[in-house]
Amino acid sequence: MGSHGIRDRVAIVGMGCTRFAEHWDKGVDDLLLDASGDAFASAGVTKDDVDAYWLGTAQSGMSGMVLAKPLQLHDKPVTRVENMCATGSEALRQAAYAVASGAYDMAMAVGVEKVKDSGYQGLNAFPIPTDGTSRTLTAAAMFSMVAPAYAERYGVDPDALRRVLARIASKNHHNGARNPRAQFRREMSVDAICALPPVAGGLSVFDCAGVADGAAAAVVVRAEDAHRYTDKPLYIKALSFVAGNGSGLTDPDYDYTTFPEIVRCAADAYAQAGVSDPRSALAMAEVHDCFTPTELVLMEDLGFSERGTAWQDILAGTFDLDGELPVNPDGGLKSFGHPVGASGLRMTFEAWLQLRGEAPEDRRIATTGDRTLALTHNLGGYPGEMVSFVSIVGSEPGA
Amino acid sequence: MTARGILSYGAYLPYRRLDRGAIRAVAGSGGGAGARTVASYDEDTTTLGVAAARRALAAAPEGVSPGSVWFSTVSPAYLDKTNATAIHAALRLDDGVTAFDMNGAVRSAVGALRAGLGSSGPALVVASDIRTGRPGSSDEADGGDAASALLVGSDDDGPLVAEVLGSAGFTEEFVDRWRVPGETYSRMWEERFGEGRYTALGARAWDDGLKAAGLVADLVDSVVVVAGHKRAATALARKIGIGAKLAGGLDAGVGFTGSAHPGLALADALDRAEPGKVIALVVLADGADVFVLRATDTLPGRRPAASVREQLDAGAPVAYGKYLAWRGYLGVEPPRRPEPARPSASAAGRSGPWKFGFVGSQGDDGAVHLPPAPGDGRDRPMADALGTIATFTVDRLAYSPSPPVIFAVVDFDGGGRLPVELTDVDEGDVAIGGRVEMTFRKVFTADGIHNYFWKARPVRAGGGR
Repeated sequence: MGSHGIRDRVAIVGMGCTRFAEHWDKGVDDLLLDASGDAFASAGVTKDDVDAYWLGTAQSGMSGMVLAKPLQLHDKPVTRVENMCATGSEALRQAAYAVASGAYDMAMAVGVEKVKDSGYQGLNAFPIPTDGTSRTLTAAAMFSMVAPAYAERYGVDPDALRRVLARIASKNHHNGARNPRAQFRREMSVDAICALPPVAGGLSVFDCAGVADGAAAAVVVRAEDAHRYTDKPLYIKALSFVAGNGSGLTDPDYDYTTFPEIVRCAADAYAQAGVSDPRSALAMAEVHDCFTPTELVLMEDLGFSERGTAWQDILAGTFDLDGELPVNPDGGLKSFGHPVGASGLRMTFEAWLQLRGEAPEDRRIATTGDRTLALTHNLGGYPGEMVSFVSIVGSEPGA
Repeated sequence: MTARGILSYGAYLPYRRLDRGAIRAVAGSGGGAGARTVASYDEDTTTLGVAAARRALAAAPEGVSPGSVWFSTVSPAYLDKTNATAIHAALRLDDGVTAFDMNGAVRSAVGALRAGLGSSGPALVVASDIRTGRPGSSDEADGGDAASALLVGSDDDGPLVAEVLGSAGFTEEFVDRWRVPGETYSRMWEERFGEGRYTALGARAWDDGLKAAGLVADLVDSVVVVAGHKRAATALARKIGIGAKLAGGLDAGVGFTGSAHPGLALADALDRAEPGKVIALVVLADGADVFVLRATDTLPGRRPAASVREQLDAGAPVAYGKYLAWRGYLGVEPPRRPEPARPSASAAGRSGPWKFGFVGSQGDDGAVHLPPAPGDGRDRPMADALGTIATFTVDRLAYSPSPPVIFAVVDFDGGGRLPVELTDVDEGDVAIGGRVEMTFRKVFTADGIHNYFWKARPVRAGGGR
């Protein structure tokens, strides 16, 4: 028994990512062709070179044929995976494990979501028949309960915390404004964000992730084969996943200031990668900032800040592009947008650009060159009941 | 000889009040002085009935429970499907307890009471109504929403709070008010016609009722006249000379509550009656019925937790526009979110005790689980538990029949936590630490299926069970 990971046994050798946007003129097929085509080109391979595919989509299609049809794959295994908002990360995890097992030489993980064809605002889950007694709240409202709980527990003035949350959104908009693939490319000041009316608890629409269509893809091979495809592969150091059992919803001791699934998931990832102090070890982190209070709590759950201090680190600029540990340098879900099945791989794509020194100058993290590890964190669900994914990738084998 | 009568009673007035003065400015006619009770958007006649029945059963003599349930309303939530079964489920009655609807007209509520009184063993008679009328109509302004419940039986079943001394009834076919199935309002004939018929029928029933009770009119202490036809009620009171004994006072703040009104008016009289006092209940509805009752010495010790008057005083206003939207007379723009899917009949069937009865579970470690957890050994009924708001939020994005959704994480006294929707509450009134009680509601309706479940509402005067 044990979680051993596959540290340095698998490498990413090619990636692609579409712009995340309201793609009124593109369907699932177009987005899949764009992202996978860029990834094939990036690795210098063709669709026939890839031995097996994992397709992540939460609700844009059923089965592997959603990918096999537009790509016109011939007799390839394609597995459709779903794990709520961590779906794209799950596709990468499965593709990497398949290669690590020796079953395949080369695998592709693709994530896609076409959310803007529903005609409704926000994200809407596929209705599964139930007894009708489950909660009908939006994710925004569920996560909104984190902010007052945090303020209460750590004695932070609610108005001061409002500005901390706006600071998170403002930072992510600052980064997204410098990213041509991001959905929202306009900077937003803290004052402007604080002036918006609330839609869920104390959160305004600018505390919420952008809702966008998009796709992203990665090609993975055995680490020893990586240099056949690229001079600058990314080595997978850790892939960790925890599916919560929902106990937070019914446990009177749960106080909405932490996500225990993520704490355990991160601990497993750090053990797999041999990271003891993430704040000093990581060059950057892409985290699941579905709502601003989520990013606040994640800084503590991922071990970047001591309990009760993330709000101060945020105000101090610790997680800014030029800070000690840049978080969401690509703009995050907030500004890059959140096509559910694609987001996990979009996070890895930013690590791919930054660790390889390919991010544009005005968006380059301050830690470039000094540090070689990046973390991606992807969650699905709500406070009290969530799935969590953490990966660590690095540009140096053995580091 | 065993006496039959009332073992316990309960009444329920919904929280909202419509100021009749607000009607005319919008509708151009109608309205008047005072206020009427208004069922919330998440209440229907079934949920109203559950609320009154819970109170009646809470006040019942120890160990006494009904062998049958008789439910009556003019506005049933379902046709071609029994509504009393949902009330039965919410009350967690055994499946051997039979449950029936007697619906469609105010007179049916009298029939339900007669059926209950004629049953062997205790019977629970539940009546509720949501009174609607076209905007500006007298039915709209004069109607009210409420529920009443009477646990009836004999003194062999338990000590009675009121004994039925005698009754009489007459039936007659004539057209005074009517409604075609599917319509949301009734139509009325010219009032003078019905007034004449009801006055004559009422007088005969009064005489025969007193005879059956073995009393003369002077020995009756108070008379409750229940009639949708206001002029007929006044004329009858004049004709039989009971003006000074006429119990009243629900018109100004509640309104005529249709099927619920015989039980509601009787409950109001019992709330105040001294032991030994004689109360006559007169109902004018497609005929005339009289019940003569005498309050017993047991009554003062077994009144329900909330009196009708306490509930009357505890309401909060609803704007006329919102009232019209709740009743479907004003189609307002819904949130731009998909409407919820209909609940699954089979899934609901598997979770009946949870969904309808709010029964959680308790494990060997004592932890209470809501919803019940597989593997827990014990059922844990939670409908009567009070709770405290641990945290809350207001959701302006989620689908609701009446946005926004106000939602709280509730920790129950004695264990158990549930994130659950709040109702009968305004945004500014919610606070961490606030106390709540559970109430059976209709969360939404999809594909014609009413999705019943429980919500929390603030503990207030006039609430409780």
